[in-house]
Amino acid sequence: MNGVVLLDARELDLRVGARTLLSALTLQVRAGELWCLLGPNGSGKTTLLHTLAGLRAPALGSVSCLGLDVASAAPEQLARRRGLLTQSVHDSFSARALDVVLLGRHPHHDRWSFGDSDDDRRIALDALVAVDAAALAARDVTTLSGGERQRVALAALLAQQVPLMLLDEPTAHLDLKHQIGLLEHLHVWVQQGERAAVLALHDLNLAARFATHALLLAPDGRASTGPVDDVMTDAALAAAFDHPLHRQRVDSRWIYLPG
Amino acid sequence: MPRAWRIGLALAALSAAALGLSLAFGSRAIAPLDLARVLFAPDGSVDAQIVQELRLPRALAAFGTGGLLAIAGALMQVLLRNPLADPYVMGASGGAAVGALGAMLLGAGGVLIQGGAFGGALASTGLVFMLARREFAGASLTDPGTGAPRLLLAGVMLAALWTALVTLLLTIAPEARIRGMLFWLAGDLSAGSGGAVAWAALIVITLAAWPLGRALNVVLRGPIAAQALGVRVQGVRRLLFVLASLATAVAVTTSGAVGFVGLVVPHALRLAIGNDQRVLLPACALAGGALLVLADTVARTVIAPQQLPVGLVTALLGVPSFLMLLLGRMR
Repeated sequence: MNGVVLLDARELDLRVGARTLLSALTLQVRAGELWCLLGPNGSGKTTLLHTLAGLRAPALGSVSCLGLDVASAAPEQLARRRGLLTQSVHDSFSARALDVVLLGRHPHHDRWSFGDSDDDRRIALDALVAVDAAALAARDVTTLSGGERQRVALAALLAQQVPLMLLDEPTAHLDLKHQIGLLEHLHVWVQQGERAAVLALHDLNLAARFATHALLLAPDGRASTGPVDDVMTDAALAAAFDHPLHRQRVDSRWIYLPG
Repeated sequence: MPRAWRIGLALAALSAAALGLSLAFGSRAIAPLDLARVLFAPDGSVDAQIVQELRLPRALAAFGTGGLLAIAGALMQVLLRNPLADPYVMGASGGAAVGALGAMLLGAGGVLIQGGAFGGALASTGLVFMLARREFAGASLTDPGTGAPRLLLAGVMLAALWTALVTLLLTIAPEARIRGMLFWLAGDLSAGSGGAVAWAALIVITLAAWPLGRALNVVLRGPIAAQALGVRVQGVRRLLFVLASLATAVAVTTSGAVGFVGLVVPHALRLAIGNDQRVLLPACALAGGALLVLADTVARTVIAPQQLPVGLVTALLGVPSFLMLLLGRMR
């Protein structure tokens, strides 16, 4: 595959305090690709996603998103190119789910624009339908369950209509049906037009089934990147997660079994 | 946006009605027709003097103060992402009290008392944010949601310190000055001055905050989500801080330590019209003004000709609301 490069990270070093999470990562995400980010707790998946989104400066290296250097780009310009799904959002205030999804339209408004257009409302409703949450539109987000909230947050990301999506554990809190539903949706979504997604996942089997590429963060700060079957080998995963593990073929698909 | 305009018009009508009531009632009631006559064509009668010289300036000062406190509360609540934030709870009013009472103790006159209050309020808010600067200075966007309760607690602790200092000032103050000090502490509109400054500040601050409404809605989702949606979070926070501090300082300078308007008004409005800041902020300016005008009318009339401090009335409204909010969140 030789799609357009949507995300280009060069020689990236990530540090938190004195600890080096990642060194010399070079990564190119092309249109049509679905990358999954794998690694043990505290290996820097969230930090890496925030850095790729331009919300955090790397210790070394650079990131560009559709040719735009994220370090120097205006936040509103960046917000029309990439979207980020953060880990669980804490809601202190009541708001209708539809209004939360409408916030995803914010980057498409200029500074002085005030109301939401009919287009915005249509896009927001479509996004809720896409995550099977149309019935939640009028509900108060503070009364939703963790999984329902996660789907509303996803709808807001879809409503942002960006070519590149970065998702931090999008399947957290979701039940089985909605986990598969979400990943199937993303799988189809990246193939329509020049789009790509990078998502942090904990479930190896879901990663192997839906991702095209994988990025495995090892505790020593070395990351391996590439097509999912090449990166997700027993040996590499067992070393990264510090736990014995093997994979076997079932119906032409790799199944991962922790020891 | 017709809904926003409908809400705005309804609240403007409510404000006008509140102002009318406060002009008509008091130790001497004035009939509506007489009120209109002496208000728009003063004739030198006793009624005209009461309305023009006593009640009107007082009602206008109350409206300006109430609007400023409500909008300061709403802005602080967005800044901290916590509906319990309020200028009084956060210690700004306490800082103003220490400044004003200190000036009174030194025998200073009106302008210096106001200067003391203004400086005290700004110093106190500044101090709270310095104590918690990790969350608000620099480029750090991490730590979502956890910084705000810390900031709120820092404010509450600072308020406790101000209360202790106020007690100290009252203890060492000469007999003759104590009554004035106590009245200032409980919110005093009887001086009826500073109405013009409060109105000017109310208009400027509302107009400065209103266009931010859309971005403020996004900021309520948390700093990282907001920055990812293209909001310049640090800049917005700084502006919120400046506007909320200024609104608080002008309000307490005009009317003393009136508490809880900034808590009650945004809370009640959120229940009634939702939490869209584009609608909520102007609504706070109007409803806060109307509420304080009504509270002041009650304070002037319940035991007329004696007057209650208006801060007493707002505290009686505000403390139960605060507890309801707090207990509702702990469910």
